[in-house]
Amino acid sequence: MFPAMSSIWEYANPRRFMATSAWLLPWVTGIAALCLIGGLIWGFFFTPNDFRQGSTVKIIYIHVPTAIMAINAWFMMLVCSLIWLIRRHHVSALAAKAAAPVGMVFTLIALFTGAVWGQPMWGTWWEWDPRLTAFLILFLFYLGYIALWEAIENPDQAADLTAVLCLVGSVFAVLARYALVFWNQGLHQGTTVSTVGVGVAENEGVSSVFLYPMLTSLTGFVFLFLALVLYRTRTEIRARRLKALIAQEQMA
Amino acid sequence: MNVDLGPYVVEVLSAYAGGIALLLGLIVASVLRARSVARRLAETEHRREVRTR
Repeated sequence: MFPAMSSIWEYANPRRFMATSAWLLPWVTGIAALCLIGGLIWGFFFTPNDFRQGSTVKIIYIHVPTAIMAINAWFMMLVCSLIWLIRRHHVSALAAKAAAPVGMVFTLIALFTGAVWGQPMWGTWWEWDPRLTAFLILFLFYLGYIALWEAIENPDQAADLTAVLCLVGSVFAVLARYALVFWNQGLHQGTTVSTVGVGVAENEGVSSVFLYPMLTSLTGFVFLFLALVLYRTRTEIRARRLKALIAQEQMA
Repeated sequence: MNVDLGPYVVEVLSAYAGGIALLLGLIVASVLRARSVARRLAETEHRREVRTR
């Protein structure tokens, strides 16, 4: 009925995934490098200082993209976990496993750059503000998720339990994104980048001098995430095969 | 070109340095593990080929 939909599951075949990802990887990596380096150079060297925030506005080119990707990485892991739980595709479980350290590092960068931005602007490195707290908990979930994969010997059981942990952690990924809408308090400002439907007036959004380099850098971070997940999933597939071969050797 | 960081030199530069360092760490760790796994897999597959020959 849906020929296009049925073919997407062919990538659940590890051999097929290895062939396609090998072809895709150089392109994705190239776009990531181009947009990331271009966006950061554009943002750092070729944008004016903000009239209130001074040069600290330059932190936006790292802070906002990594924070957005920290949340979206968890949602990508959620989708992969659901595919694993429902359809038992091993590549999907391994892709979720491969994405976790990438999301964890993005969360850490968002927290760190937020702290060094908050210090001069708010007068504090850290505040127990709903959004900041949700991000900290998301970071802890990433650590727990990675630790759980390492702690369980049986790979299928590890995939099952980490998938459930991922479902639970999704609550905090949603909170990190929408904490402001739910509580409407705390230090952190609401979204000023995508101003659709969140009660930000047109002229209160980020000015386009800062927005375009930020979007370039965001594109770079999206492709960097894709490149790292493809690359790391390939490693996980090889590691799984290695484990199986070693088990066979020991049986013989 | 504007690199006048004013009073926030330390904050802005440490945000960039820290962020880029963490990214590079992630990339280097991914590459090192990928290489080590690929090498061990090639060795194991080679052993298996020799055995079954």
